[in-house]
Amino acid sequence: MQTSTLIMIVLALTVGAYVLGRQRSVHLAQPLGGIKRLHSLPNYYGLMAAVWTGIPALVVLTIWSAFESSVITGTVLASLPASYADLSEARVGLVLSQIQNIGLGTIDGSELPDLAQAGELLASLNASSQFGKIALTIVIAILGGGYAWLRTSPALRARPQFELVLKGFFLLCSTIAIFTTIGIILSVLFESIRFFQSVPVFDFVFGTKWSPQIAIRADQVGSSGAFGAIPLFVGTLLIAAIALLVAVPLGLMSAVYLSEYANSRVRSVVKPLLEVLAGIPTVVYGFFAALTMAPLVRDFFQGIGMDGVSAESALAAGLVMGIMIIPFVSSLSDDVINAVPNSLRDGSYGLGATKSETIRQVVFPAALPGIMGGVLLAASRAIGETMIVVMAAGLAANLTVNPLQAVTTVTVQIATLLVGDQEFDSPKTLAAFALGLMLFITTLLLNIVAMSIVKRFREQYD
Amino acid sequence: MTITNQYSEQKAETVTVAKTEPDQFDIGDWTQTVGDPLLDDPRLSARNVDVFYADNQAIENVSLDIGKNEVIAMIGPSGCGKSTFLRTLNRMNDSIDICKVRGEIILDGQNIYDKSMDVVELRAKVGMVFQKPNPFPKSIYDNVAYGPRIHGLVSRRAELDEVVETALRKAGLWDEAKDRLDKPATGLSGGQQQRLCIARTIAISPEVILMDEPCSALDPIATARIEELIAELSENYTIAIVTHSMQQAARVSQRTAYFHLGKLIEVGDTDKIFTSPDHKLTEDYITGRFG
Repeated sequence: MQTSTLIMIVLALTVGAYVLGRQRSVHLAQPLGGIKRLHSLPNYYGLMAAVWTGIPALVVLTIWSAFESSVITGTVLASLPASYADLSEARVGLVLSQIQNIGLGTIDGSELPDLAQAGELLASLNASSQFGKIALTIVIAILGGGYAWLRTSPALRARPQFELVLKGFFLLCSTIAIFTTIGIILSVLFESIRFFQSVPVFDFVFGTKWSPQIAIRADQVGSSGAFGAIPLFVGTLLIAAIALLVAVPLGLMSAVYLSEYANSRVRSVVKPLLEVLAGIPTVVYGFFAALTMAPLVRDFFQGIGMDGVSAESALAAGLVMGIMIIPFVSSLSDDVINAVPNSLRDGSYGLGATKSETIRQVVFPAALPGIMGGVLLAASRAIGETMIVVMAAGLAANLTVNPLQAVTTVTVQIATLLVGDQEFDSPKTLAAFALGLMLFITTLLLNIVAMSIVKRFREQYD
Repeated sequence: MTITNQYSEQKAETVTVAKTEPDQFDIGDWTQTVGDPLLDDPRLSARNVDVFYADNQAIENVSLDIGKNEVIAMIGPSGCGKSTFLRTLNRMNDSIDICKVRGEIILDGQNIYDKSMDVVELRAKVGMVFQKPNPFPKSIYDNVAYGPRIHGLVSRRAELDEVVETALRKAGLWDEAKDRLDKPATGLSGGQQQRLCIARTIAISPEVILMDEPCSALDPIATARIEELIAELSENYTIAIVTHSMQQAARVSQRTAYFHLGKLIEVGDTDKIFTSPDHKLTEDYITGRFG
């Protein structure tokens, strides 16, 4: 029997328990004078019976399935003769698949008596584990249901108990996201620690040269790699700053236009159109930046007589990225500006303020915390953006704040470090994890700073 | 929610009220306001004012004078148009796209709906206090200083300080607020907030103050303070107040105007309206038979 069939059976039992539990509560209440004598509505007794039937059985099933295969393979490997004791990891996998195939009968095991024996053991263990799993799950479901049946009584506080169960369920849901985050952080952290064993932390964080070349042989040319992250972070912040310089004023002003000036017809057309910007794939922005914006920028600055303008520039990438994140600023700001109560506007108009005075002095300060939220979201998009930078700003890790030079960003380098055939234990690939960790810390710090600014404004105004 | 949406809801409400009103209170073939709507030397005078929200007529042919330094109360059942009428007096309805006003409202010899009228100047002369206290999310000081600043009434900080203090004193809030002028206005109690809104209006020295149910969100003690304040202010200002409380109208006003279904039914001295009204609808309303 498949595990999915077993789950269906448990679910069927659960539904049955619900119906029975409900009926029993109604039945018990009958001699006392109807369901109003029950502590909770019959529904809740049914739900509690379902909880007792379904949850313990599913928990046992999950635990069993989780440990099933490792316990079985452990037992099988232990049963093998001593000659198989010191195998490498890859060899163990090979032997195991041989055993499995013999157990299933797909290959002939007569020439490998040891493995044939192990194959039989594996097959019998699998069979008994399967049987044990089914039997235990169903028995626990029935026991749980029986317990719920016995404890159902008019005095049972079924409703608050079910509330507790739900509360636990919601808690579980919220912890899944948290544990995933912790898992990601830990995996990045451990890989980074491995990286820092070959490259000192100080050289990485404060180094000003980025050239992630690692020699395969000791006598190779260019065997000394340089892993200084400063140029990457300067490049990232430069491009993000240019993008925000474009997106924040444009986004805010379009939000003000949409929420304060535009009539509802204009608004219903313009707002979705503006949000389409967020739906364009970044790779499309990327080639727009590389093929249209970058040459324009170069020609313009050469036209006004500047030398050394690169064909790939931070400015081109930043400008296009700024256009891309306009909807993040405008859409969120539009929402918070609309949320500012009309009574505040009326108060200002009533004192003879014009529309723009009202917006600048009343609406804007009141909406500021929400606007900051939109800007933060846009900033994190800008910092994390990869495609536009690869195409328009290049891969050269120049340490410069000149927006007309080619620069590169942290995410671009992470991508290039991990693209292609790479060994996963060389400093070159491990550097990607260290960069990821530092990027994570940087954005976290930016968020904390921004939040504290927002909080200060909140305290002042509310 | 956009401004337009909000008021189209309000409009819908007006329609419902009109439909559910019992027939016996129908105005019938009523044509003219009873009592004395017109005065010899008015501060503000409305002539044949109609107000429409899209196709719905909210105000029909209202003519009413408001005298110098008088307090006039506007009463009537919900949806009768009294707030709409009040808002036409300083063109607060301008921000509603679907609202159209016909007729004349004369202030200082000029029709305020004339093309040459500057709304900013008008609202500096005709200030407004709203139903719910709506202090700006700024400090108490900045709330009061807001109007004088945008109108450029003062040039030096010391002058502004004086204007703020005078306005707060007149609104009876100075003693409570003087030690916390730099604190957020939202930290004040509801009654204090409403007095702050009155101070904010006084600070631009208007000639007329419009009050749209200024006490409906306040407790009885705060209401009593506002009513005292209205009495004091009437020495220097002309005040038009919309209220749902007939006791309040009787306490604070010298004249009372009764609105019903968008029409001005009766206007007269408050004493007369509350003791021997001429129109049956007025009598039914003030004796509590409906409303």
